[in-house]
Amino acid sequence: MRKTRADRLWLPLSLAGALMIALGALRGEVAVVLNKAVRICLECIGIG
Amino acid sequence: MAKERKRIFVRGRLLIQLFVAALSNSYITGFAAGKIYQGDLKQLCHPGLNCYSCPGALLSCPIGALQAVIGSRAFNLSLYVFGFLLLVGATLGRMVCGFLCPFGMIQELLHKIPFPKKLRTFRGDRPLRGMKYLMLFVLVVLLPLILTNPAGEASPYFCKLVCPAGALEGAVPLVLFQPASAGAQVSGGGLGLTIPIAPTVDLIDPASASQYNVGTLFYWKMSLLAAVILLSVVLYRPFCKYLCPLGAVYGALNPVSLYRLRLDKAACIQCGACKRACGMALDPIHELNHAECVRCGDCVNVCPVDALSMGFGNKKAGRKEKAPQGGKQA
Repeated sequence: MRKTRADRLWLPLSLAGALMIALGALRGEVAVVLNKAVRICLECIGIG
Repeated sequence: MAKERKRIFVRGRLLIQLFVAALSNSYITGFAAGKIYQGDLKQLCHPGLNCYSCPGALLSCPIGALQAVIGSRAFNLSLYVFGFLLLVGATLGRMVCGFLCPFGMIQELLHKIPFPKKLRTFRGDRPLRGMKYLMLFVLVVLLPLILTNPAGEASPYFCKLVCPAGALEGAVPLVLFQPASAGAQVSGGGLGLTIPIAPTVDLIDPASASQYNVGTLFYWKMSLLAAVILLSVVLYRPFCKYLCPLGAVYGALNPVSLYRLRLDKAACIQCGACKRACGMALDPIHELNHAECVRCGDCVNVCPVDALSMGFGNKKAGRKEKAPQGGKQA
């Protein structure tokens, strides 16, 4: 089965994703995610 | 032998779905005490749609997390969550929807309920599926970016206005499992409805604490949830098809993802069995790895000649059995 360019695209996209995760973590986004996730988000569940 | 293998695959998928749903919502204390998990695991995102306000949830919902970061004062773009979605989408595509999403599993189980007339597709079905891209762009990205309060923070608009997973996994268990003596009472206005919602105020997101009440929003979300539940009995995965922004992200990456459907064109006898079996109303032969394919594997299971297979990369599908007599359509 011949590989097309699209078949190989997953690799650079995955690497870009991993890089973005690292950059996001470095600039402190993880704390924002955690801060939101450890509190009951009343808006999210429809009581806010 | 091949049939037995396929049956194991079908049962195996449900077991994987149940296992993932149970594992990612395994904070039992939360259900017992009406609290949510507050540990460090919540820094990580779940690949599927799983509300982080579910009492049992150990991980964050990626869509909720995305809105939280975009809607925060400090950031306008979330490299962390977009990167996570890109990584997961590029490797697994919508296999996440078929195997790892708890809300997808709930809809599938609902669809197993017998109903006289199940709808496979209808007029306008395909255009309506574009709504999930609109959800992603408008409610998840655009509104949290531009519609902020004076402090520069925005609501999670998709969660607030649409997400039935939050209503089912968050609101319902919190209301059901909250001991009345421990929680703050929320009055239902003129209806006299009183619902205990949370054990302590410090658990509640301060951004929304000042305005909590059971009102129009709550009834709107419960109505949406009821509609999704009822529609799921008739239609296969209606929320995934029309509304899920996570499905939109993974769908866009589906054609290029590492985990993919594979077709052995030489083996295919064009019998149409895969098309008839597809719950997402696709034709796998002509729409292989389409954005709407949730990789459930139903097409793989019904293929009489094993022309279709599913896995990582582009390995050739194995030819296991000869075509059944009369299997080819005119």
